Amino acid sequence: MTKKLKKRLRRIIAGTVCFGLCIAAEKLIPNLNANILLIAYLLTYFIVGNDVVKGAAAKICCGQMFDEEFLMVIATVGAFLISEYPEAVAVMLFYQVGEWFQSYAVNKSRKSIKELMDIRPDYANVCRDGAVVTVDPQEVARGEMIQIKPGERIPLDGVIITGNTSVDTMALTGESLPRDLGIGDEVISGCINLSGLIEVRVSKEFGESTVSKILDLVENSASKKAETENFITKFARYYTPIVVVLATILAVIPSIVTGDWAVWVYRALSFLVISCPCALVISVPLSFFGGIGAASKAGILVKGSNYLEALAEARVAIMDKTGTLTKGEFAVSEIKTVDADEKQALFYAAYAERFSNHPIAKCLVRAYEERYGTLTNVSENPANEKESAVEEMAGYGVLVMYEGKTVAVGNEKLMERQLKNNRWNEIKNNVLHMEQEEPAGTICHVSYGDSYVGYILIEDQLKPDAVQCIAGLKKEGVRRIVMLTGDREKAAEKIAGVLGIREYHASLLPGDKVDRVEEIFAEKKEDGKLIFVGDGMNDAPVLARADIGIAMGGLGSDAAIEAADIVIMTDEPGKIPQAMRISKKTLQIVKQNIIFAIGVKVLVLLLAAFGIATMWAAVFADVGVAFIAILNAMRALKLK
Amino acid sequence: MKKVIILEELECAHCAAKMEAAVKELSGVESCSVNFLTQKMEITAEEDAMPGILKEAEKIVKKIEPDVEFVVK
Repeated sequence: MTKKLKKRLRRIIAGTVCFGLCIAAEKLIPNLNANILLIAYLLTYFIVGNDVVKGAAAKICCGQMFDEEFLMVIATVGAFLISEYPEAVAVMLFYQVGEWFQSYAVNKSRKSIKELMDIRPDYANVCRDGAVVTVDPQEVARGEMIQIKPGERIPLDGVIITGNTSVDTMALTGESLPRDLGIGDEVISGCINLSGLIEVRVSKEFGESTVSKILDLVENSASKKAETENFITKFARYYTPIVVVLATILAVIPSIVTGDWAVWVYRALSFLVISCPCALVISVPLSFFGGIGAASKAGILVKGSNYLEALAEARVAIMDKTGTLTKGEFAVSEIKTVDADEKQALFYAAYAERFSNHPIAKCLVRAYEERYGTLTNVSENPANEKESAVEEMAGYGVLVMYEGKTVAVGNEKLMERQLKNNRWNEIKNNVLHMEQEEPAGTICHVSYGDSYVGYILIEDQLKPDAVQCIAGLKKEGVRRIVMLTGDREKAAEKIAGVLGIREYHASLLPGDKVDRVEEIFAEKKEDGKLIFVGDGMNDAPVLARADIGIAMGGLGSDAAIEAADIVIMTDEPGKIPQAMRISKKTLQIVKQNIIFAIGVKVLVLLLAAFGIATMWAAVFADVGVAFIAILNAMRALKLK
Repeated sequence: MKKVIILEELECAHCAAKMEAAVKELSGVESCSVNFLTQKMEITAEEDAMPGILKEAEKIVKKIEPDVEFVVK
């Protein structure tokens, strides 16, 4: 609790005691002088509300007529004038209690938002002149060495020079599994070093580092306001003056007609009490901010309330394939053998390709090592050294000698050449039954000496949650999902089939993607938003063109953070439906608050006009509603 | 250029909206946004006009909410 809040709490308690004494005196002492009673109530009134009266006086001087404090003072002074003393004091007291709770709730939510963004490192241990000094991260220059002990937050982006460790990226990605890092790996500021002491060469200054960028982004997200927020601001601008005018009419016209001034002025004063739109003005942005906070806790950075609001309306999703739905790295997905086991086939292929840097070659070696252990022992065997020279045949594949016979790894043309007497065609037609169609991935055929060993199918790998992503999008109301890729037709068809995407466009150049997106935009019906999901590599124009551009794998990629409206920090497309869920729930909370606050206010206005609701109810409609709306808004922080 | 101002003790969301609207009206201000939760005001304007705008903005803030401290970051 802040000092100010404590002070206000003391005032409320003192006021309540005095108020109780006043009422007791009025009830218990039968012939109490009316003037003494008035003075007692007036004193209590000033104890409770002196700051409000002072504030109101200041506002009159600057011509801020429709200010809340000012209206409250008018209402209570009015109550005194029509001799409703307890009412006047009670309204002020309730108002203070409500305001206190409101401030308390706002403080609390400010604090939880701050905690949420508590990824800012406080210090860095920098190695200077042979000693380790602790400085502000802002004072560390690029190229300097910093030391990070276990348990400390990584202050700046850099590369590990010495040490191995695992880091907790939870605060940035929402991912609970720690990442293992070693020498040469990049570390990202804001993560927590868990196990080992590491030394890191700083690659970015603090202002440019990931943690600064993310904090900036989240803090500034509220400056791009959602339509609902703008609606509320506009609503507030008209609501107060209208209610005040209504109050004036209510005080004057029926009073002239009936001559019963006290009754109608009382009702009009109740109007003034309800005339502040606070509940709405506070709770709507708070809900959005909470939703954005909840999303960032899950590793989804949303750059503005407007994007969070729009996401719930997403009806068309355009997905990039490579790097978004697939990992963008090759892996062995099928091994077909003839007269040999899988291990043998994979061994020949890996052995032949072991010196190559080609992604496919690397993937063959990795596949072998993952399954059967290291390959290096074999190649380092001196007995094989003579044979291990690799002959590359451009356009065919590679040849290598192994235990006296030639291993050939490559395409069909190479097989035709290696296998004598038309054997290849025979195998192809009778044994493999290979279709004439183009395969979905890359096929490596392997032969040993005169005989065909088999083939290995290599494909780009789907991300584990890609299926879940597409299913989730459909469930959240996305009606049209289109996959775009620069990859070949066959590969696209297969991936689309597995994921259940009916529409895809393959063999696109980067420029074609923009054209396609434009076409889909033109076909789109008026309602609903179009989202584009890419990995942030060379699809910046499309990210910008879509209603909402979502970039994958933002961690460490500045381009993605810059270009997109929403950044998924991890590589998981499954976060997109999750973001949509958070968006929808946030909007639900916003809607509840709007309906609840406006509903209660209108109801109490009506009741007050007919003399059913008292000023007490009016105070509830003002501050009580605001308090409840804030509590409701804070639920958005806990969305998952 | 962009300036960030911290509005300490900003307690009333309605006032924040009023401040934003009023500062936007100042001549030379390209954009202004007040974030009630982080208690920050952000003004974008030409560098030459900035000192004058800041002075005016402070006046506006004080007028709407006299308790608020206007701290230029």
